[in-house]
Amino acid sequence: MNILVCVKQVPDTNEIKIDPVKNTLIREGVPSIVNPFDGYALEAAARIKDKIPSAKIVVLSMGPEQAKAALKECLAIAADKAYLVSGREFGGSDTLATSYILSETIKQIETLEGKFDVIFCGKQAIDGDTAQVGPEIAEHLDYPQITYGLEAEVDGDIIKVRKEVEEGIEVVAAKMPCLVTFTKPSWNPRYPSIKRKMAANRADIPTLTPSDLAGIDLTCCGLGGSPTKVKKTFVPPRKVGGVKLQEASGEDSARKLFDVLSSEGII
Amino acid sequence: MEAKTKDLWVFVETNIDGSAKNVGIELLTPGRMMAEKQGGALTAVVIGNHVQSAVDQAAIHGADKILVVEGAEYEHYSTDAYTIALCSLVEKYGPTSMMIGATNNGRDLGPRVSCRLKGGLTADCTALDIDEASGNVAWTRPAFGGNLMATIMCPDSRPQIGTVRPGVFKKCAPTAAKAEIIREDIHVDEKDIRTQVLELISEMGDEHVDLEGAEVIVSGGRGVGGPEGFDTIRALADVLGATVGASRAAVDSGWISHAHQVGQTGKTVGPKLYIACGISGAIQHLAGMSSSDVVVAVNKDPDAPIFDMADYGVVGNLFEVLPVLVEEIKKARA
Repeated sequence: MNILVCVKQVPDTNEIKIDPVKNTLIREGVPSIVNPFDGYALEAAARIKDKIPSAKIVVLSMGPEQAKAALKECLAIAADKAYLVSGREFGGSDTLATSYILSETIKQIETLEGKFDVIFCGKQAIDGDTAQVGPEIAEHLDYPQITYGLEAEVDGDIIKVRKEVEEGIEVVAAKMPCLVTFTKPSWNPRYPSIKRKMAANRADIPTLTPSDLAGIDLTCCGLGGSPTKVKKTFVPPRKVGGVKLQEASGEDSARKLFDVLSSEGII
Repeated sequence: MEAKTKDLWVFVETNIDGSAKNVGIELLTPGRMMAEKQGGALTAVVIGNHVQSAVDQAAIHGADKILVVEGAEYEHYSTDAYTIALCSLVEKYGPTSMMIGATNNGRDLGPRVSCRLKGGLTADCTALDIDEASGNVAWTRPAFGGNLMATIMCPDSRPQIGTVRPGVFKKCAPTAAKAEIIREDIHVDEKDIRTQVLELISEMGDEHVDLEGAEVIVSGGRGVGGPEGFDTIRALADVLGATVGASRAAVDSGWISHAHQVGQTGKTVGPKLYIACGISGAIQHLAGMSSSDVVVAVNKDPDAPIFDMADYGVVGNLFEVLPVLVEEIKKARA
């Protein structure tokens, strides 16, 4: 069993503040974290490995050299091996270009690590929030995909995934190889042990660059390979608060609220 | 690929009973404005099995044309069958732009289709327009958990595709149907559908919570204080016929299941009325409920950011306010 987990290093969006004067994002000093949804994907892989101890978990990230910190965290939690793919040519890639680069990188890593039975991704990254890179990797590789997964179970050459749908929970099966994206389950991912943390700190993480990727078409990478263009970004105008009610007691405020809501026809 | 027409398509996702999901019909409203600016027909695309009800809904809500693909293989959504059907329609007709509702299935289908067509896709849009200078669709969407908005265009590839968040646009009033209905025979081999739904667990007790479709939501946050505090939230939800939501703080504390979570790592909702109780209003929560029509906030802290988002804010203890509100509503309805 050979599992690849794709991870992205993202700014912790909980820590992002708005500059009240310039009305722009303050990016400085915002800590970088492993995208939480990728953490759930890694946990799903780790749970398969709990049952199949011979399983190998490889993690892959695309990004600058600093993204190795995120990969080290994954090594400390559950991964056996990590790779970074990095290159100036990849800067400005949208999801189509990013998924193309990752799919070409996956083919290259498979020559070193063997074919992957499953590729796990977070459902989306919390900076871009697109939820597109996973399905697009599946399309580039011509694999079936299962999105919004909560947990996965391997049965022979079949993967069964419990996934979220609007109507409830669905159990979906596919023959491997297959790509699965994960959303937040009702459990928390495991923490790294001290021993694994120390080993991860010493780990050597290979960086793959465009010249390592045989056959990659650089015209499909970076800004030039990206059909979508960001025309402008802006901080959303904050809604100005409406009517504030604060009567002498909670009970009085409740009655006032009821009067206002019912006279406006809201309830 | 290049566009063959100036038509704008709206993919109308169907329910298992053949009716249209709300978001598909909602998208015909901005679709009308955009199709007129682009000078093409507003075309609804309906894929499923026995979907006459969805076709009728699209027809009375403003579609000029309706493309219909029916077959047993489309009864349940599958990435493979729907991607094959939608891509073959696009290749045959060449629309200039296409919108897909950002439901779970829509966000599963959109990237698969746009990648196969080697085109651009903008996810989870909350505002739409046509850029006057270039004629491109200007897709506006939140990023960084709602901290930043980005307007994205797709200058060269066609069709330009976007998924659009449910609940942002309102259905237009029904009018007499005038749509031209075009049926296309597209069949997908069983072997080409590589996923299989083994089971749908719709009544998972607490796990099934229809927040996306809810008209009224009563949500609780850290101020609820514990699992038993949600009884107070539920009491108000019961008299309003509302669905119970929660902030990440309440879910992470284990007071209520993740199925109830509203916000960036939970559900995105757009009800007519959203009542936030004991929720301070972290940006990630606001990102999930900012398309609500009317927001009511109840919070002890007068400086809570949720009040900036609220149409009606009550500064007070939710355990004092909510029970009285419930009594008043019951009295009025007695």
